[in-house]
Amino acid sequence: MRTCFVSLSGSLLSPLALCAEGPMSYERTFGPAVDPITQLGWGLGIISLVVIVVITVLLLGALFRSRAPSADPRGLAVSSETGGMSWIYIGVGISSVVLAACMVWTLTTINAVARPLSSPALTVQVTASQWWWAARYESAAPARIFTTANEIHIPVGQPVRFELISGDVIHSFWIPQLAGKMDVIPGQTNRMWLEASRAGVYRGQCAGFCGVQHAHMALVVVADPPETFASWQDDQIESTRPPVTADTIRGHEVFQTHCAACHTIRGTTPAGIRGPNLTHLMSRGTLAAGLLPNTRGNLAGWIANAQSLKPGARMPDQNLSGPELLAVTAYLSTLH
Amino acid sequence: MAIEETPRTPVIANKADDPRYAEKLKQIWESSPGLGGWLSTVDHKEIGIRYIVTAFLFLLIGGLEALVMRLQLAQPNARVLTPEQYNQVFTMHGVTMIFLYALPVLSGFSNYLWPLLLGSRDMAFPRLNAISYWIFLFSGLFLYSSFIVGKAPDDGWFNYVPYASRTYNPGPNIDVYALSMVFLGISTTVGSINFLVTLARTRAPGMSINRMPILVWGTLTASVGNLLAVPAVSLAFLMLWMDRQLNTHFFDSTLGGQPLLWQHLFWMFGHPWVYAIVLPAMGIVSDALPTFCRRPLVGYTAVALSTVTTMILGFGVWLHHMFATGLPLLSLSYFSAASMTIVVPSSVAVFAWVATIWTGRPVFTAAFLHFAGFVLLFVIGGVSGFMTAAVPVDWQLNSTYFVVAHLHYVLIGINVFPVIGGIYYWFPKFTGRMMRETLGKWSFWIMFTGFNVAFFPMHILGIEGMPRRVYTYTDGLGWGTPNLIVSVGAFVFAFGILLFLINVLLSLRGGERAVNNPWDGSSLEWSTPSPPPAYNFAVIPVVASRYPLWESRMNGKPDRSSVNEGMALDIGRETIGTTALDAEPDIILKMPGNTYTPLVVTLGMTLFFISLLLHLWLWGGFAVLLILVASVVWLWPRRALGQVDVSHD
Repeated sequence: MRTCFVSLSGSLLSPLALCAEGPMSYERTFGPAVDPITQLGWGLGIISLVVIVVITVLLLGALFRSRAPSADPRGLAVSSETGGMSWIYIGVGISSVVLAACMVWTLTTINAVARPLSSPALTVQVTASQWWWAARYESAAPARIFTTANEIHIPVGQPVRFELISGDVIHSFWIPQLAGKMDVIPGQTNRMWLEASRAGVYRGQCAGFCGVQHAHMALVVVADPPETFASWQDDQIESTRPPVTADTIRGHEVFQTHCAACHTIRGTTPAGIRGPNLTHLMSRGTLAAGLLPNTRGNLAGWIANAQSLKPGARMPDQNLSGPELLAVTAYLSTLH
Repeated sequence: MAIEETPRTPVIANKADDPRYAEKLKQIWESSPGLGGWLSTVDHKEIGIRYIVTAFLFLLIGGLEALVMRLQLAQPNARVLTPEQYNQVFTMHGVTMIFLYALPVLSGFSNYLWPLLLGSRDMAFPRLNAISYWIFLFSGLFLYSSFIVGKAPDDGWFNYVPYASRTYNPGPNIDVYALSMVFLGISTTVGSINFLVTLARTRAPGMSINRMPILVWGTLTASVGNLLAVPAVSLAFLMLWMDRQLNTHFFDSTLGGQPLLWQHLFWMFGHPWVYAIVLPAMGIVSDALPTFCRRPLVGYTAVALSTVTTMILGFGVWLHHMFATGLPLLSLSYFSAASMTIVVPSSVAVFAWVATIWTGRPVFTAAFLHFAGFVLLFVIGGVSGFMTAAVPVDWQLNSTYFVVAHLHYVLIGINVFPVIGGIYYWFPKFTGRMMRETLGKWSFWIMFTGFNVAFFPMHILGIEGMPRRVYTYTDGLGWGTPNLIVSVGAFVFAFGILLFLINVLLSLRGGERAVNNPWDGSSLEWSTPSPPPAYNFAVIPVVASRYPLWESRMNGKPDRSSVNEGMALDIGRETIGTTALDAEPDIILKMPGNTYTPLVVTLGMTLFFISLLLHLWLWGGFAVLLILVASVVWLWPRRALGQVDVSHD
């Protein structure tokens, strides 16, 4: 019944939105951690619109209702200061009742989304840094722990626990169609959960101002059917195979000298953690935290010109020769 | 002010009795012409006008910053500004509008109007009044000096740590912001104290607290709020500056500090401050709107009490800026309910205004249009605030453009519209000339249309998931079209403001001469000439009701208030002191004359903050010395002020 009301109001009000529902729109949401919030949001939004309409009508009535012409332009409209109080009694009375009901609805909604029905089997630790996201999949078995970046896969229909930590300043983790935002604050671990009720790709973006590239700190959550998720997880746990062709071997050398201070590729020499883990780079849809589609051309462009694509990013422009750039791109392109 | 040495009973006179009397008062009260008089004046009217003009200049600068941002955001992936420039511009826009426009402009109105509304000749502490203006001006210039060299604050007006710490923000940007806020806080604090004492001690005889205009209630409430709220932010900025320059670590989590401490201190200040910058503006409407409805405000007592209630509740809601910081759900629930409760006093005011129009006989002047339009904007800004007060909904809405829409409906709707309406209303009193009505109505409709076109679609952008404080956005998120509409609306709104300014300039030169009471208003300021003389009231009026100039037309009873006959005080600068609640005449207050000391102390403080910024410790020592010497001169006992015990001479 409520869902019906919500979807009806959604379809009526969507034209107001001036544009098609985009990937960040939370007019419609897809998970039990957020759906009650969406219903509450629509409810309060519609009450708010009704209030605006009622007051507008009263105001227009007050302005333009017909009045007996006044004989004396300097005369007052009333002879006594008292009067008109019934407006306040009735108006405030109705407002207070509506308000109390909204408060109760709000408090029950807080409770409804506070925790999932079943305890999450999967925990993902997300580290937010200027201006990208690391995601570490926790496991009781150390060999099954792995880290990826800017693209988080989850199984459909299962709650997932998130632990949020900051690598530097305050950020805010927000996947609007799956959950409300939760700030990521240095010195503390904030916890939240979400669950996708439908398979799909859900966009998210940092919602806490964090510096020059706050605008380009996106991520996606990919909700896969459980078996697809399981095979993705198995792939991610695998180390990469060493390079075999001449240009990828050359590319790997370039990587070790120019990139490894910040980036890790599991299965090669241990390396840096200041930038995203690139172990399965080519399995991801985008580069530079959602800035560019992950194509080979964009990858080469990003390596050579990070600073003009994302000014201020921690990734410096790499001063590589043409052949070096081709080789390292070729090598990275093998990291499926 | 000071207390006269030997009690005397003031003469009761009619101001028309003796033509030489007015001339004598003029001699006593007027500032000397020329630069010297301009720099040394303590006349609350001159200071009030300076506040308003300076705040408007800052409004224009902040507005230009907004227009540049709207150019950048009109299209996806635009490159009008670099990311660093954008961050400085959005930060300065917020800081300018909130700190250098919104409160100072209201301080300007209250500085100008309070003594006139209260039937007094000046504020209680005229020199303190002068210094609060000078500090406001110089702290604003200090802050803006960083913008000129391209090192303006760039972490938003909320300035969250640790991005504001030296580790992540090594330049002088944040130091300038921190020091200028500590500096400006002095102005706000002394200004608030001045309002409180003025209110408590200088109301005209008979103006008991239930007869004060609502604007006075608004500024009183805001001043109490400021006194309790500003210390939190001054402390926070001082601690931040110490973290950055003296290696303390109040906010550094790697050394046991706590980033959330900043947020608590900032919003303990920030939310009450929001009410401080809207309640006096709501007071402007509550006082001026009834004049154009030809009736008193409906529910005076309810509106006055709702003003105070809003502020009290306003101290218990700061956590609603922090709903997503991971605090316990129980405390979030409390703050959510407290925030929603503010709907109750707000709805008292809304229904009072609507009822006043409904039961009155509206006169559609340009000023009235601003007040009537304001009511609608107040409601829109109010209900969007109500939505964000619901914790779970706020987890979605906060940090999106929905909040940007909300805060602009609140700050422009509840501050700028009443302020501009207030200028149409009081311009004749300020300048002795009327503003142009037709141009005023045009500018209102253009502003009102432009405002709603600019800010209503921001609600939708927020629901479409666009975060705040992003310098650009990519294609394919559905944000392009609404952003373009917002940008067009912003320029239309700016054009409306431009027409208003043209109206001000044209009217200043060629406006029709104003009579004492052009709108037939009910309060004391309209009993004085337009513009009022330096001494405001030739004789101190006696007040017998809330609407002294309307008495004979209400209740069919004769006038009991007296504006023409009252105490004649002409031995030096004098006004009457009255008791705090009932306004019984109590004492003759000796008021200080013009002096340079407030300006000199301010210059000393400016030098002091510059030397802190640049680590010029020697100059800092010199500045402290200058402040001390000027303060001694300021405070030196004077016989004319009754501060010297004459019996020992």
